[in-house]
Amino acid sequence: MTNNYVYAVARIRVREKTLLTDADISQMAGMASADAVLDYLISRGWGSAESGRDPDAILQAEETKNMALMEELGVDKKVFDIFDIPRRYHNVKAAIKEVLTSDTHDRIFYDIPDFGRREVLAIFSEKHFDALPEAMRAPAEQAFEYMVSTRDGQMCDTILDRACLVAMTDAAKKAASPVIQDYIRSTVATADIRIAVRAAKIGKPLGFLNAALAPSEAFPVHDLAQEAAKGTEALYPYLQEHGFADAVEALKVSPSSFERWCDNCQIEAIKPQKTNPFTSGPIVAFYLARENEIKTVRIILTAKANGFSEDAIRERVREMYV
Amino acid sequence: MSTGMVLALIGAALSTILAGIGSAWGVGMAGQAAAGVTAEKPDLFAKVLILQLLPGTQGIYGLLVTFITLSRIGVLGGTAVTDTNTGLMYLFACLPIAICGLISAYHQARTSVASIGVVAKDPDQFGKAMLFPAMVETYAILALLVSILAVTNI
Repeated sequence: MTNNYVYAVARIRVREKTLLTDADISQMAGMASADAVLDYLISRGWGSAESGRDPDAILQAEETKNMALMEELGVDKKVFDIFDIPRRYHNVKAAIKEVLTSDTHDRIFYDIPDFGRREVLAIFSEKHFDALPEAMRAPAEQAFEYMVSTRDGQMCDTILDRACLVAMTDAAKKAASPVIQDYIRSTVATADIRIAVRAAKIGKPLGFLNAALAPSEAFPVHDLAQEAAKGTEALYPYLQEHGFADAVEALKVSPSSFERWCDNCQIEAIKPQKTNPFTSGPIVAFYLARENEIKTVRIILTAKANGFSEDAIRERVREMYV
Repeated sequence: MSTGMVLALIGAALSTILAGIGSAWGVGMAGQAAAGVTAEKPDLFAKVLILQLLPGTQGIYGLLVTFITLSRIGVLGGTAVTDTNTGLMYLFACLPIAICGLISAYHQARTSVASIGVVAKDPDQFGKAMLFPAMVETYAILALLVSILAVTNI
């Protein structure tokens, strides 16, 4: 039924007016201090009664509000499970390192019900890999064994990052929402480009690239790996040929400009939902737009707290949905 | 009752039933969107209510054709239909508003929903937003005219 989401989408249309615009972000980037940014956010209704002026608490409150709205609109929570996949793989990476180094890093774990620090640490401490979701089991075990034998944290991360991208692609194929499929397609393509560029710059071998790049619909990853293994001179023309000339332009400006381009690609993937009134697409797009907004505000607050210049902040902040 | 009378009554019934189904469907769909906007912004109630009501006209047009038909075939007035050919003529005369009412109400509702989205984003665009679903109305009115002309000239 195409009109199942008519009510929810109409509510989202009104809510879209409350999203931060590029002008708002620009205004915040130009503010004198993190305190001024906090004042501005609080005046826009950010945070909750409990969050006070604590930046982390304010951002956490906004994430909670975002998910609460989705629940209120009756959107099946399973729709958003796909966006939890990177957080789950992050917890696995953190747990492997904590188990094998005996260092405690409780603040770096995402608080995920049934998959938080305590649960994931228990799995890896006892090598109880069967307790992991099926798709995660093999790469997690491989990463763990690799870390045990080599103590190579980078390769451990690479195995899990690739597995995460594959898991997201598989989940997107099963998702009914085209907006999720477009978003994940863009996420995987930009992640592969990001890996290829970094590997090309530091001269990583072809074997590493083949192990790190996840299958993408945007280009044959084996070709991308081969070009990246030759270096940036070979990689840039390849990207231009496959419709990623903007990525090359951004790379020529600066690394942070390239990171910004990667994030903006994902926002571009969801922007068509601004004119779609009948499916769950605009609701999912709003959720992602809010997540993007929160991430951008986090970048600004962190940059302000660390004394970054206005130009440096502008180079890092992402494009907004509205 | 003659076969002709049965056919004429089927025509009269279809014009109300099909156009009414279209309008109920349309007003319901647009109503969901209107309720969504009102939940977030109650001051837009009057504007979105107008947009919700636009797909409701087809049901009224169907009712009008049913009344005219009944008043000519001996139910509310006029003379009873005795032959099959005349009955068939009444049936076919009622079909334009019956079918066009059903389909145009559905499409008008979809346009109304989209226009409600425009008003939700910018209430000042109400005038322009209302024109889009109003355009669909043109074809329901054409069907109404054809049905009235046909029924009244049998």
